[in-house]
Amino acid sequence: MDKRLERILPRVQKPARYVGGEYNEVRKDKSSVELRVAFCFPDTYEIGMSNLGFRILYGIMNDMPGVWCERVFAPWGDMEAELRSAGIPLFALESGDPVGEFDVVAFSVGYEMAYPAILNMLDLSGIPLHAGERDSLAPLVIAGGTAMYNAEPLADFIDLALIGEGEDEVPELLELYRRAKREGWSKKRFLRAAADIQGVYVPSLYDVSYHDDGTIRSITPLDGAPEKVYKRVVHDMDKSYFPSKTIVPSTEVVHDRVTLELFRGCIRGCRFCQAGYVYRPVRCRSREQAFQYGVEACKDSGYQEMTLSSLSTSDYPGLVGLCDDLEQFCRESHVNLSLPSLRADNFSMDLMQRLQRGRKAGLTFAPEAGTQRLRDAINKNLTEEDLHQSLRTAFSGGWNAVKLYFMLGLPTETDEDVLAIAEMANHVLHTWRESATNKNRGVRITVSTSWFVPKPFTAFQWEGQITREEYERRVKLLRGAITAKAVTYNWHDGDTSFLEAVLARGDRRLGKVLELAFRKGAHLDAWSEYFDLSRWEEAFAECGLDPAFYANRVRDKEEIMPWSVISCYVSDKYLWHQRELAYQSVPTPDCRTQCSGCGANVVEGGECSRG
Amino acid sequence: MAKLRLQFCKEGRAVYISHLDLLRTFQRVFLREGLVLRHSQGFHPHPLLSFALPLPVGQASDCELLDFETDGQLKLAGLPEKLNRYMPEGIVAVDCWEAAKPVRELDALRCRVELLYDGGVTADTAKAVEELFARDTIVIQKRTKHKAMADVDIRPLIRELSFSADGEALILDAVVAAQNPGLNPALMAAAVETCLPAYRPDFVRVRRLMLLDREGASFR
Repeated sequence: MDKRLERILPRVQKPARYVGGEYNEVRKDKSSVELRVAFCFPDTYEIGMSNLGFRILYGIMNDMPGVWCERVFAPWGDMEAELRSAGIPLFALESGDPVGEFDVVAFSVGYEMAYPAILNMLDLSGIPLHAGERDSLAPLVIAGGTAMYNAEPLADFIDLALIGEGEDEVPELLELYRRAKREGWSKKRFLRAAADIQGVYVPSLYDVSYHDDGTIRSITPLDGAPEKVYKRVVHDMDKSYFPSKTIVPSTEVVHDRVTLELFRGCIRGCRFCQAGYVYRPVRCRSREQAFQYGVEACKDSGYQEMTLSSLSTSDYPGLVGLCDDLEQFCRESHVNLSLPSLRADNFSMDLMQRLQRGRKAGLTFAPEAGTQRLRDAINKNLTEEDLHQSLRTAFSGGWNAVKLYFMLGLPTETDEDVLAIAEMANHVLHTWRESATNKNRGVRITVSTSWFVPKPFTAFQWEGQITREEYERRVKLLRGAITAKAVTYNWHDGDTSFLEAVLARGDRRLGKVLELAFRKGAHLDAWSEYFDLSRWEEAFAECGLDPAFYANRVRDKEEIMPWSVISCYVSDKYLWHQRELAYQSVPTPDCRTQCSGCGANVVEGGECSRG
Repeated sequence: MAKLRLQFCKEGRAVYISHLDLLRTFQRVFLREGLVLRHSQGFHPHPLLSFALPLPVGQASDCELLDFETDGQLKLAGLPEKLNRYMPEGIVAVDCWEAAKPVRELDALRCRVELLYDGGVTADTAKAVEELFARDTIVIQKRTKHKAMADVDIRPLIRELSFSADGEALILDAVVAAQNPGLNPALMAAAVETCLPAYRPDFVRVRRLMLLDREGASFR
């Protein structure tokens, strides 16, 4: 270990997250590998090591002969200060080598608030921030992950973005890079060639011009780059990689358990949900394969907790059978099985009751909106009767804590919708009084609201976020309406949601704002300990840009969106139609009941797997 | 089966694994080998695992002891090698036996404290440190469990002590009390920092070498 590092570790919080050496860490002889990837997660170790996608790609890259992929995480503030004062550049955990020495520096970007951490990690690595300042092929700075469906705010900094699922795309890109390195290509030649790989978006190959009002006039591909960049998907989940042998952190991380992914995509089509649209179509892993992976992963890791993961676990076709199979294994091996993302229906509650052992943790439901009208508008197919039926089962089974999640500021929301949230909470309390077996223990009902952030590639991508004043008014309205002692109300901090709304639908002019905010100290803005909106407000003012233009403005149907080069196969026409249905409060049936023709099925040759 | 005792080393990158994290790590290592530990019988059963003398974060050791119980019969021969296939880097099991002596008979700890001076160890430094530990009492401040500061005299807890110098390191080889009360060897370095600010080391390394019983033999 670096002697300078050894000296600072005793002074920082949780030093174990900075040293690597965990079980199943991949070590290779660096003199015998051709291509070294620094796989960076722009958040802390505890968050990054909880991310399944990060583990999948770590495994896939390290399975490539001649490639060594190592992990890099954002340091916490104390560690960052120590690194900077000791002059130690950011390093990869496996080898301890500086990130600047790697061929490819790849970021996994889950959401917008991680952008400042990307700049900070480049800076800590001594890598020039701007793609234009990096002339040579190495280090090539790339980014993938859900947030990259609109990579524009990062366009100045990254060399390319990978759109969609990385399982096939990443190896193809690395092979091309390997060839380019061997044959001594220029960076320019490499980027042009990379743009021909499906899913690769090279921002520098597109010229963006603007109208006087700040909206986009045109986006012009240069040098023959593709007009549209289509996402990549995994076609057959049974043939796709699953990390059943994966790193087990030696220190506690957020999701410290086996995560068994059952399927990609979601049949529900909630109109606000970006994941619901961009991960289409639904692709299921077979029940047999899921079982096998789950058992292998538990045995290899020694974890005693397993979670079944997907966007909506209740919709997995073989769920009961899989749980039957897993239940026996779990009982024998002292493994706890948990089912997040369950819908509030009878089927799911029966399953939960059956699998529950020991402590009955709280139940969480996300009705998202207080009235049936608004739930129909956002296509959240949950009825209040379903919810209360589920809760009756739960309360009579001994549960006594319920969390309910809602969004404020959804399109078409009125004060009536807001107040209905309080009524719903009271109704839940009433249900508890009727059905609880042991009333002496009391009940805890938690209502949480967040501020709706319109995202690209959703039916609401044209919407304005309601203003802060309006958001705060609605919070106050709801707060006043929640009177029962058993009901706690939490609301989300507005500053972060506002900035998210700006960055989510931002164009590449935001690069300057991002850089300025970073220079002013925005480093780990996903954390409330470090986030400060005033830095951003100053940065916007200095750049002469108005954040409200991005967050609060309603877009025209014809407006060219900053991300319009990218396609997730779901057509704009379909999204616009969904928006119109929202305004009529008309729900769309789920994909299994009836195909509504979104367009995503072209990746499956015209036929969605209905599973 | 009777209570079993595993001896292991903890060094290198593993010195940063905390006590609780190490417990979790061992639970998983045993499961990877397919060993089911005996669990407590309460409402929330937990595996019965305990360390004889928890090791502070940052210190290395050649002589950590972990007591555990299993439900079935277990072949002890070759067990350390089997477990070592599943360890994080820096943790190495070396021996395993049926525990006969209770941990309360653990009396003392042989350890090495390296005081590192980037400019090298001067004769003055060595002399000053030796004189410090020749005093009858060495009182330093120590944080108590209740987060308050308390004065403690560490001198009576040091049973044996010898000095040597090796380049940049002034080495203290010591035998210190292990428990009731025990001495964290790092406090010997803290004493130098407190009492001899002019000879404050640039860095300190601590390594446990051997656990001793009341007769001064290796505690097993």
